[in-house]
Amino acid sequence: MAEAARRVQSGPPKRIGVRGWVYAGRYGLDRYLYILQRASGLGLILYLFLHIYETGIRLRGEAAWSATMALFRTPVFVVFEFILFAGFVFHALNGLRLIFAELGWLLGPPTRPVYPYRTSIRRHRPWVYALMVLTGLFVALAAWDIFVLLD
Amino acid sequence: MAERAHGAVETGIVTVTVRVSRFHPETDRSSGQQDYLVPAGPGMTVLDALVYIKEHLDGSLAYRSSCRMGICGSCGMFISGLPRLACQTQIRALGPVVTVEPLPNYPVVRDVVPDLEPMVTHHTAVRPFIVRGGEEQEYPTAEYLQTPVELDAYLQFAYCIKCGICLSACPTLATDPAFAGPQALAQVYRYSADSRDDGRRARLGAVDIAHGIWRCHLAGACTEACPKGVDPALAIQLLKRLIVADVLGIGRRRGPAPVAPPDMQAQRRPDIPAAPPATVPGGSGAQKNQP
Amino acid sequence: MRESRWWILSLSAAALMVVLLTLHMGLMHLSGLMKVLGVDPGDVRSFAAVMERGRSLAQMVFYLLFLGAALYHGLYGLRSVLLEVTPPRGQGVLSGLVLAAGLLAFAYGAYVTVRTFTG
Ligand code: HEM
Ligand code: SF4
Ligand code: FES
Repeated sequence: MAEAARRVQSGPPKRIGVRGWVYAGRYGLDRYLYILQRASGLGLILYLFLHIYETGIRLRGEAAWSATMALFRTPVFVVFEFILFAGFVFHALNGLRLIFAELGWLLGPPTRPVYPYRTSIRRHRPWVYALMVLTGLFVALAAWDIFVLLD
Repeated sequence: MAERAHGAVETGIVTVTVRVSRFHPETDRSSGQQDYLVPAGPGMTVLDALVYIKEHLDGSLAYRSSCRMGICGSCGMFISGLPRLACQTQIRALGPVVTVEPLPNYPVVRDVVPDLEPMVTHHTAVRPFIVRGGEEQEYPTAEYLQTPVELDAYLQFAYCIKCGICLSACPTLATDPAFAGPQALAQVYRYSADSRDDGRRARLGAVDIAHGIWRCHLAGACTEACPKGVDPALAIQLLKRLIVADVLGIGRRRGPAPVAPPDMQAQRRPDIPAAPPATVPGGSGAQKNQP
Repeated sequence: MRESRWWILSLSAAALMVVLLTLHMGLMHLSGLMKVLGVDPGDVRSFAAVMERGRSLAQMVFYLLFLGAALYHGLYGLRSVLLEVTPPRGQGVLSGLVLAAGLLAFAYGAYVTVRTFTG
């Protein structure tokens, strides 16, 4: 009876919804990395489908293939390739970190929460910083290659 | 932290604008906001401010609290952009305008009172108690043996007060109500990692489903938000490891902790006074065991 | 089958790709850098180079493995994102659709790879 009374009174759940996939508000760094991992992953799978189609063009002979490659050397596609590469570098390095962390490594053992305590997420932060430095480094190298060494 | 007490000195009274979500289930279709000016002295918490509003400014305000010392888990609210316990949040650390909203991802009962039913439902579904096969479960004969190291494997996760704050922080629960959520998953680990437990098979099976534990992506928000240092994100990753080890058959498996029967031959030391006579004639089983 | 097996497979595919994809990306998208490092792969994207590489058995095995791993991992990830907005009732349909998309893409990709190999 009390159950029924309560049901009637509650409003609908206020879910943050899909907005949470693109907006992390005041939460910390890992919450933002989650968004980037998701965005880059979805970008990569979309690209993979295009990529499978595009590499298949070779079966239609040399002319068709060369035309496609010429298209990919236009500025729009070069920028696109760079964004893709940056997304891949981030996704792969962050993914490597996640493979370890999701299997319970790099987080430290359970500890009694006696003030001032550090949570596993804090203990894990140095790895996050290392990942960001590495990502920055590789993306800079890619920018150099794609925009400067471009032949 | 970016949050600093505003005002030059920590003493004296400053006026804080408390912007509270208002929702009345019988007259409103969605939440509105109302501003209250609250004089805040040093040490005042957000809960103190709500008490002040209810006593002096607006008796119709509804909020939930009980212990006002961070142990009952009643006063979880979404305060200035983060879910926290109102009784553990210093109001003057939040700036001149403080917003108070009900916890996200829950139905609203009224004003800033959430209906914690979704958390309770998931919590009770994961068998959050020690499971032992056979007679020992229903008719315990003795205490279990556990080393301090075995205790530390789960103790941190046993400090959960079921405030439901972590479910408000979780990005998966923001879209997927079928996801068990950080609180329940942390309790799955808490009991499965307990050396006294023998029920882990059923418990792990219940969360090893499409909407189960694998929808956690380690966004870390639950651990950041948890007011008790329970660290649900850590528990969930350790639980993933436990399940992976089980599936691949590489886990170290020990039987559940043995029980230690009381020493019936023990003699009372002469400097310890004898127990008082039983108040119930015949006494309980435990008293019968007394030498 | 229990969900854990699918998830472990996806994680293993990711681990495998750390090696495969690094090689692939380094070679195909950063050939300028490779040149600076002293390995000159030439014009990796010319028709002749592509067809030449495609005729090596090692390359074919590499690409088939790679195609499978990337499709599996990527589509498992896509499914897990979509699962979070699909009620448990629609879960079977969703998995079926994702699986069909994966099989189609794999079939086409494998066809192209094998056709290039046989010439
Ligand atoms: C070196 C290569 C890669 C590694 C190490 C890697 C690793 C990971 C990891 C650890 C996750 C997170 C799983 C979780 O949140 O529980 C993930 C998610 C994902 N990955 Fe990858 N990945 C790689 C390449 C790719 C590629 C090539 C694609 C696309 C074809 C892709 C698509 C995705 C998608 C769609 C997700 C789901 C994102 C989400 O659930 O929010 N990944 N990856
Ligand atoms: S894990 Fe922490 S935040 Fe979650 S319900 Fe328990 S005490 Fe509250
Ligand atoms: S009132 Fe009990 S936890 Fe805040």
